[in-house]
Amino acid sequence: MSSPQAENSTRGWPLWEVFVRARRGLSHQHVGSLHAPDAAMALRNARDVYTRRGEGVSIWVVPSSAIVASSPDEKDRFFDPAADKVYRHPTFYDVPEGAKHL
Amino acid sequence: MTGVRTLPPLAGYTLALGDDALILAQRLGEWVSYAPQMEEDIALANIGLDLLGQARTLLSYAGAVEGAGRDEDDLAYLRDDRDFRNVQLVEIPNGDFAVTMARQLIFSAYQYELYTALLDSGDPTLAGLAGKAVKEVDYHRDHAAQWVLRLGDGTELSRARMQAGLDQVWPYVDELFDPADATGLAGVAADPAALRPAWERYVTRLLDEATLRRPEPRWRSRGGRSGLHTEHLGHLLAEMQHLHRSHPGASW
Repeated sequence: MSSPQAENSTRGWPLWEVFVRARRGLSHQHVGSLHAPDAAMALRNARDVYTRRGEGVSIWVVPSSAIVASSPDEKDRFFDPAADKVYRHPTFYDVPEGAKHL
Repeated sequence: MTGVRTLPPLAGYTLALGDDALILAQRLGEWVSYAPQMEEDIALANIGLDLLGQARTLLSYAGAVEGAGRDEDDLAYLRDDRDFRNVQLVEIPNGDFAVTMARQLIFSAYQYELYTALLDSGDPTLAGLAGKAVKEVDYHRDHAAQWVLRLGDGTELSRARMQAGLDQVWPYVDELFDPADATGLAGVAADPAALRPAWERYVTRLLDEATLRRPEPRWRSRGGRSGLHTEHLGHLLAEMQHLHRSHPGASW
């Protein structure tokens, strides 16, 4: 059994991020995280914790240690410049009458 | 109350399967908030709730077939231990996690073969239940197998404890496959003895992979289907039935 080089919790099991696809055609959405000793058990735990009320048709689990996250320190640099670029939003079109799913 | 009440064969058969599911659901419920990990806590509760769902269908049906006006609650909460028809395997205490997983492996592998056979039952209710339940049980079996593999083929300590768990529950295996009186149940019930070869194949392969030894117990349980139980069932029933008996008809 392969065990990811994940950051071990105090409980000794690595942390995994869980992504669930609610139904065909949608993309996987992050739903939370959990602990598991290895990938196979992480999938099963995810099934039990996050899909027991019929929430999904597909599950991904990813070692949390494999996630590269932006830092709060980078917030200004990363995100503020996008805040005032209204021309990047497709809001200057007249939506034809009856067009759905926009 | 003495001995087991005489029931129509189909009611008796359905009740036996329902009691297996009900009693094991209660046992698994005892793990809630005590499991080794939160994730496992939820997993065990899920398995217990699947079994409870099966028990509700089976007990309701048993009551309907009996035709004496007993519903699922009457059957679950108002019978004494001598009237329960579950095998003794499901009533034995949880023990440690390895004992619970050993018991679950044995029972879920049995239920998997049972419900697979009942897919072809001539009784539409039993065949319908089997179609739904076989998928649930397939997962239960896999869950137990994953743990038996990891604990068996794990550290020296985990292997010793998993082996001890198997040794503790193995005397209750034979009872699952004891021949049952099939009078009036031809084409409806599954012959317990016929379920064994496939069960053996699955379990043997798994134990080999987990580097565990198949126990060779020097005694075996018998009699659960006739209402003969271990001392543990009475305690379980006292806890399970207490609320209903103290407050008849209470609801949330």
